Amino acid sequence: MNNKNIAVINLNISNLGSITRALKKLNYKSIVTNEIKDLNNSSHIIFPGVGSFDKGVEKLKKHNLYDNLFNLIEIKKKPFLGICLGMQLLGSVGHENNKEEKGLDILKGNIEKIEKKNDKIKIPHVGWNEVNQIKKDKIFKNIKNNTDFYFIHSYHLKLVNKDYVISYTNHGNNFVSCVRKKNIYGVQFHPEKSLNNGLHLINNFLKINA
Amino acid sequence: MLKIRIIPTILFNNFKLVKGISFDSWRTVGSIMQAVKIYNLREVDELIVMDISATNNKSKVDLDLVNEIANETFMPLTVGGGIKSIEDVSNLLEAGADKVSINTSTFNNDFFVKEASKMFGRQCIVASVDYKIIDKEIVIFSNSGKVSQKVKFIDHIKKMEALGAGEIILTSINLDGTMKGYDIETLSKASANVEIPIIASGGAGKLKDFTDAVKNTDVSALAAASIYHFTNTTPRDVKIYLNSEKIPVRIN
Repeated sequence: MNNKNIAVINLNISNLGSITRALKKLNYKSIVTNEIKDLNNSSHIIFPGVGSFDKGVEKLKKHNLYDNLFNLIEIKKKPFLGICLGMQLLGSVGHENNKEEKGLDILKGNIEKIEKKNDKIKIPHVGWNEVNQIKKDKIFKNIKNNTDFYFIHSYHLKLVNKDYVISYTNHGNNFVSCVRKKNIYGVQFHPEKSLNNGLHLINNFLKINA
Repeated sequence: MLKIRIIPTILFNNFKLVKGISFDSWRTVGSIMQAVKIYNLREVDELIVMDISATNNKSKVDLDLVNEIANETFMPLTVGGGIKSIEDVSNLLEAGADKVSINTSTFNNDFFVKEASKMFGRQCIVASVDYKIIDKEIVIFSNSGKVSQKVKFIDHIKKMEALGAGEIILTSINLDGTMKGYDIETLSKASANVEIPIIASGGAGKLKDFTDAVKNTDVSALAAASIYHFTNTTPRDVKIYLNSEKIPVRIN
């Protein structure tokens, strides 16, 4: 067993089994939690998530994580990986379910619905799609450019500062599939459901030290 | 570019892996876990696992089995069979399913899909629609093909989309297990009428069946069982063939 303490944020809105199974497979201990003290004690924070933006914000506030998470990752610089909704919640504003909600605003940019450009573009964007790395980053160490990862989402983060973009993926239009701001990573795809390449990416993240 | 997903379907009944013809004449074709392990080893795109006896026996999918399957699958896993309540969905997701496939209950309770989708998110609700062509009409069936429904086909799939299903798996009962090819006409009609992805199911028997479905319809995924159980063809063989026909697939 690896002796890092991985905290997986649990907002009680999504299936966390996939990510904890992936961590177990990689030989890491993890704690599934919504307690700030556990997050404080962790070496790495993973924020997985499926579901809607408004529900996510509501739950972050309910568990007193809205300000605390900001502190922990933006100020104290703890290594953080947001997956899917867990990445989108770092954005500025979301409009899912016709409700305007403010995200953590760590990654400036709004959460927008994928545009249906033609009949071939199905929404949600479900399935394996290429991740085009526009810059080298250790999160993709030993993962070839344009490797397929598994996506399932209807919204994406429209990032203002393009300097943070690590990769784009195309579904009608290009959208940001991996972002990095210093210690903070976000991926729109699901590495925990992307077979060996996905496990490899999670392992790369966990090797990053604070 | 988004890839066409090639999905093996695992049907089971009392812990046995089975396959039938037109939802009948079931025969045992192996062990579930053995099949799951092989598909994980072969890195398939996704897995669909269905308990075909749950609805009609009024039983539930075995959660320990789902947990065991999930421990072996680091790809998306859809589970179906006898799902009736929000609690059933919650239990399956907790046991390790990423998506649940709901069929019979979509007819018994209009708001079930809506509620499940609101609660767990559109991405994990798959509406399963089984149908037969009778006198040139598409007739929808529930209860593993045993009960016919009056609702019009297009109305039903549009309703599933409106209620919050994230995908639709469409199975031709006539073609199921026959290995005579997918029902291009119905798949084409369906994929032109909804925005959400359609998974084609029923009839795949040779490599060309897969390309015919992709070239003539807008389906997003191709599910199959018999071809993998009864021939030497693997999901990888299908993808290599599709790739040679310039259809985007994930080849690892």
